[in-house]
Amino acid sequence: MGVKMAEIRFAGYGGQGIIRSGIIVGKAAAIYDNKFATMNQSFGPEARGGACSSQLVLSESKVLYPYVTVSDVLVAMSQAGYEKFEPELSEEGLLLIDEDLVKPKPPRGRIKVFSIPATRFAEELGNRIIANVVMLGFFTAVTKLVSKEGMEKAVADSVPKRFVKLNLEAFNRGYHYKR
Amino acid sequence: MRANPKDVNTGVYYIDGDVASGYGALAAGCKFVAGYPITPSTEAAEAFARIAPKAGAMFIQMEDELGSIAAVVGASWAGVKSMTITSGPGYSLMMETIGFGAMLETPFVLLNIQRGGPSTGVPTKTGQADMMQSRWGSHGDYELIALSPDSPQELFDYTIKAFNLAERYRCPVMIMSDECVGHMTEKVVIPPADEIEIEPRRFYAGPKDKYLPFKPDEDLIPKMAKAGDGYNLYISGLTHDERGYPAENGGCQSVYTKRLVDKIRLNKDKIIELKEEGLEDAEVVVISYGISSRVAVRGIEMAREEGIRVGSLRLVTVWPFPDERIAELAKKVKAFVVPEINYGQIAFEVERCSHGMANVILVPHGGAGVHHPDDIYNAIEYARRLEGRVEGVIEQKTRLERLVFEERIKLSE
Repeated sequence: MGVKMAEIRFAGYGGQGIIRSGIIVGKAAAIYDNKFATMNQSFGPEARGGACSSQLVLSESKVLYPYVTVSDVLVAMSQAGYEKFEPELSEEGLLLIDEDLVKPKPPRGRIKVFSIPATRFAEELGNRIIANVVMLGFFTAVTKLVSKEGMEKAVADSVPKRFVKLNLEAFNRGYHYKR
Repeated sequence: MRANPKDVNTGVYYIDGDVASGYGALAAGCKFVAGYPITPSTEAAEAFARIAPKAGAMFIQMEDELGSIAAVVGASWAGVKSMTITSGPGYSLMMETIGFGAMLETPFVLLNIQRGGPSTGVPTKTGQADMMQSRWGSHGDYELIALSPDSPQELFDYTIKAFNLAERYRCPVMIMSDECVGHMTEKVVIPPADEIEIEPRRFYAGPKDKYLPFKPDEDLIPKMAKAGDGYNLYISGLTHDERGYPAENGGCQSVYTKRLVDKIRLNKDKIIELKEEGLEDAEVVVISYGISSRVAVRGIEMAREEGIRVGSLRLVTVWPFPDERIAELAKKVKAFVVPEINYGQIAFEVERCSHGMANVILVPHGGAGVHHPDDIYNAIEYARRLEGRVEGVIEQKTRLERLVFEERIKLSE
């Protein structure tokens, strides 16, 4: 079995960039940080608004078993996503939430909660569609699982050229948010 | 021969299995894909459509799946490597023309990103229940080849292999993947063109008026000619002689269908690819394919931690089936454990090949998800404890089934 670094779950609604978030972190790890990353997605038949999640297994060696069993990090961008995946989070896990969208119950065990108004920040930057990128900046600073440089490269080559600057701004807004 | 650099998008990517297969098709020299969009396979068609024009290749969105597969057979006879991409409901619509393609010994590749069925089933979620359909879906006697990759990298690699096999044996080749692998994103390395071996179309080179489109070479496989190049091509789904002319008599039917099956059966050893691990001293062997082999890894690890000697046999090639290898193992091991996302398809093939020498435990899953690793561990553990030979296939209940049928968890969301 590979040397596992972390199992990560992103949860929210279709349209929030939940699957894209998994791809960006996975890409930063697998392509730019030279680790191994397997991303799996789950979504319903709806294009927008349905429950949506992605899961990412990060490892120092090839990922054999590709799914999250106990997550080390849960990133919740919706209340429904939080409620569905909170039980899967390790007792020592990290919970990252959009504080305007998720009202968590008191944390179990030694779970640490990190809150950021990601969607509000994205709206301030001019487009709520980049809320996930704000969250990814925050994720990078909090978890330190992927390098900031790797993430910036992965963000930049995951969006159309004319939006690179805005997305990097969003990423840094999240990255430098005082927690 | 080596792949054409124009067709190969060399680089390191973080892409899903569908997209990897689209890149693999182009790298293999595929110049024509026809399809009708269907979840969860659409990304493969989109990827091919995006990169095709620069390589002089073409994607056509047809009116439906019937048109798609017919266009693919036609394109192959026009001389280009061709492929269609689909999932369950579309696959069912293609069955008639798959048989037509097999009858005419047409090389083409069909990518089936399986989802849960029957009918519309669960479009965005997985299944492995089309395995028997891929073998027996069209009427009449024929053999074809089916592969089952388990990662995006393999969807790239085995799409190329599928094209190579299709050209080598002049038959349809199915890539029987599933939603999990199709939508799984991992690093995919596309090597330089000179590291990719591709099988060119075997064209007839003799005088035009002597060409017989269905006269086999010694290896049982006839050479092809391009339709429109001035060769006499009579192409019909009716049983035909070497000229391709209809010949509806018992002799011709026997000779022809026998060759259709023999050209695959007699070459089984060259076609079949298996991945074996830890079989030397195994008492239990897990036989799996596609996403179920990735899931089985954890169950196998758990069993080994308990000191159980368990091996793994992965069917990269599912059809033709590795009868001899399984029969050989059946003499040495106590039991086979077969996890699959259906209610028993390959498990019964394993039973057939075991000849009553080993127990066969099916770990079924209805689809829309994968097994819990515990399911596979429990089956291994059960298989090891089971004394004596049990006739037939033993079905193990999974964790999900216990939850649904015994604890009555809420089913509607």
